[in-house]
Amino acid sequence: MTRELHEPMDEDPSSGEARKTEDSYLNDNQQAHFPEEFSPDFLKLYYGRLFPFDEMHKWLSYGHDGKHPGCDSTFFSRREFSFTLEHDIYVRYLSFRDVPEMETAFRDKCPHKIDIGSIYNVDPAKRMAYAHGAGDSVFSPVEKELVFDVDMTDYDDMRTCCSGADICSKCWPLMTITIKVLDTALREDFGFQHILWVYSGRRGVHCWVCDSRARRLSNEQRCSVADYFHVYKGNQNNNKKVTLSGAALHPSLSRAYTDVLKPYFEEQILPNQSLLSSEEHYEKILQMIPDDAITSQMRDRWQGTRRSSSSNEEVNLTRWRQLRQALELSKKNQMLRRSVEEIIFAHTYPRLDLEVSKHMNHLLKSPFCIHPKTGRVCVPIDPDDCDNFDPSTVPTLSQLLNELNNSKSNVKGSSKKVSKDWERTSLAKSICFFRTSFLEPLLRSCKLEIEAHHQGKIQELAGRPTLNW
Amino acid sequence: MDFRVATSKRLSGDGGPLGGSIVADTGSRLSLYETAPNVEVSLEEFEQFALDRLRVLKGIEEVRARRKRLEELDTVVIDLWRKHMRTPNAADLNKKDVVSHFVLRLAYCRTEELRRWFLAMESALFRHRFRCESSDSQRKLMDDYKLPFKAISVAEFEVLKDKLGQVCRSLNQPLPTADSAYYKVPFEEVPDLVANRKILLGGGHAFVPREQLALLVVGQFRTRLSKALVLTNRFVIMKWTSVCAEDEKDRLAPIVESLSTRYLGADYTQPDSKRDISSKDLDNLAKTSFPLCMHHLFKKLREDHHLRHGGRQQLGLFLKGIGLKLEDALAFWKNEFSHKIGPDKFDKEYAYNVRHNYGKEGKKTDYTPYSCVRIIMSTPGVGDHHGCPYRHFSEENLRATLGTLRLSTPAVAEVLEKVRSHHYQLACATAFEAIHGSPSEGINHPNQYFDQSQKLLQSVKSSEVSAAN
Repeated sequence: MTRELHEPMDEDPSSGEARKTEDSYLNDNQQAHFPEEFSPDFLKLYYGRLFPFDEMHKWLSYGHDGKHPGCDSTFFSRREFSFTLEHDIYVRYLSFRDVPEMETAFRDKCPHKIDIGSIYNVDPAKRMAYAHGAGDSVFSPVEKELVFDVDMTDYDDMRTCCSGADICSKCWPLMTITIKVLDTALREDFGFQHILWVYSGRRGVHCWVCDSRARRLSNEQRCSVADYFHVYKGNQNNNKKVTLSGAALHPSLSRAYTDVLKPYFEEQILPNQSLLSSEEHYEKILQMIPDDAITSQMRDRWQGTRRSSSSNEEVNLTRWRQLRQALELSKKNQMLRRSVEEIIFAHTYPRLDLEVSKHMNHLLKSPFCIHPKTGRVCVPIDPDDCDNFDPSTVPTLSQLLNELNNSKSNVKGSSKKVSKDWERTSLAKSICFFRTSFLEPLLRSCKLEIEAHHQGKIQELAGRPTLNW
Repeated sequence: MDFRVATSKRLSGDGGPLGGSIVADTGSRLSLYETAPNVEVSLEEFEQFALDRLRVLKGIEEVRARRKRLEELDTVVIDLWRKHMRTPNAADLNKKDVVSHFVLRLAYCRTEELRRWFLAMESALFRHRFRCESSDSQRKLMDDYKLPFKAISVAEFEVLKDKLGQVCRSLNQPLPTADSAYYKVPFEEVPDLVANRKILLGGGHAFVPREQLALLVVGQFRTRLSKALVLTNRFVIMKWTSVCAEDEKDRLAPIVESLSTRYLGADYTQPDSKRDISSKDLDNLAKTSFPLCMHHLFKKLREDHHLRHGGRQQLGLFLKGIGLKLEDALAFWKNEFSHKIGPDKFDKEYAYNVRHNYGKEGKKTDYTPYSCVRIIMSTPGVGDHHGCPYRHFSEENLRATLGTLRLSTPAVAEVLEKVRSHHYQLACATAFEAIHGSPSEGINHPNQYFDQSQKLLQSVKSSEVSAAN
């Protein structure tokens, strides 16, 4: 209700200076022909030749674009799209009947950003026709994917490598952790199968859960799933970030802890973020421990040993070992032993933008959009290989156009037929992954569901008494 | 006097969603409200019953914000029920219960916001009443709903035993034994248990211990009521206005319409027209009459020249409510934000949101300033300054912040005492009294805090004037 737009406003609270650093980080693999990262003209070319309209349409039709008598041909056209045009003009309630209509609109309007909203009970473009004067209209959302949005700025209080819109290889593992924890829980705990992870183009990831069961969740049920993942509760005015009470961790949390959080914390986050090497940072961690004897003992020990000969990494690891030992040997054991877990959870457990997940009518940026600030494509991420996902190697708009340009000359001589332009660019890998790992299994289960639903209807009709008498 | 209103005849029509004729006698005092009652009700009763029920629901809303234990809530809710729903004749209690419920359905079906509130409060009421029923009548109610859930087999229990035990330990409850029965239900049925991680989830199933089965009944109640409200709304739009309107326009319609606006007292959507506030008054007003939550946001905005989305909403709508006009609001936010991001970026990225809140963009809804309950229930994250300081600040932070308001030490101690027992609104009222040196009427809404404060200051001023004369 409160945030119908997916926060186009908070995209960039960072100063100009911060952005410059990010650009230099992201500019590494630029090429000669299309020097600028982003321009409306390139975007036109992108929508004209590279954007995977067919795949997007297939996905959002969920099998209803077929010839089966159980198909609902209005399904795709009841989906809301919104465009952010040049100069941040925001247009809501767009809808398209089919691929050609979608292609035309994308090419004519050349949106800098595309958001995907819910499926409504009627075509959103014609919503006014269904409004009954003043008051509440009949027009309402009926279905939407369950979505999650994770943004690196939500980790700013613990990131020591960069802040704001910047990301680097030292903080990106936080996103890897999020993908692993969430993906496993969504599959194992909630039984979902069709989950799409997408790079948001700059500093975060989006998750689309597309099972029909997920799409039909009520707002209240969405809230319950979001709250299931609401473990990190820190805010600007409170030091206590995570509270774990009880004699054991919930099985979902303990699985996340053992399989993901603990190893990533000790091997990557702790050393890479230098959480214990400077006083400023270790103070934050000591504040989370409810035992003054231990914290002052640690303080005394650490203040003296300012990284004499050992490397930064070793300092962090040694101090972590010392702290853990002190906590684990403590006589008030249970509560303090929880502190080790609380520290790890506070620094690694996913921090989700819960509002996005809680309401059906929240819009989320479409996969395969181009991020206007970085020029990078919002490509799908393989959750099984997310450790190897490197945001700095994600194709940029200019890179793709260069590839397209260069391949033209190569292809002339070869006899191999290429049906789509994107097959000749590095976007091919992403689109193929989207097709084979996400779309095909999804459409198979959609077909089965449509068939089952249809049979059910036939039987129901057959069982009904006829009106003849 | 003979104002007879044959409720069901007029409201149900034939085959309407409120259709059906006679309340099924469940043999229990607790009704499932499956069918509208076919009883004659006087016009006074029609309104009085509904108002009494509203008092109960409103009371539930207040206590829910205080994080009480479930058992305590049971007592509070049942007391509320006994106090307001008493009838001179015990036999009429059922009638009053059912009639008041259906009248409020009519009043609260009209917008998403009203439906959500009504659904939440009615479900809470049902839940507490259900918990207080005898186990015999509980079982009867469950039979009425024909819940299809089966207990898991011994073999399945053995497989899951460890994990089920882990859940129990995480909640500090005794371990399950061979004869503890667990029911396997879709997770969608038990949102409360999912949200708090109180059950084991696996493959989309929730494993619900027998003691929690009551929640399933509440879940069913909620689902059915939710559907019924949407249907009632459609029915009201179609039939109320066309068929019933002529003969009911002057009788029922005004009562029903006023019921939905009475629930929170004023909701402050329409700013006080008598008051004319311009942005230059704000600094002064913030000092004298803003509640702590708004005072804090205002201060942070002045300091940082930026607020994240949640903060902009909470403060922006409040300012609208105290009478800041759209033009002034735009000027105010622009002036602040420009320090940091420049005026152009403000116009492009933030102005839309300000206009949106005043109902000038998008859906064109005039948004309502947030109430205390809503603010207390919000979940501020990293970098956020919104929320209720009494609820979301750590104690040290709150103490420091209260100090800046120049509260005396005993007053601060009294406020903190209220906070520790989770009486956030009482804490706010205590602060109000300490600041103004005058008792408050209780604080339910930041705008009400503001109005009370202004009223007091005005009367002080006018008495000074008359004293001077």
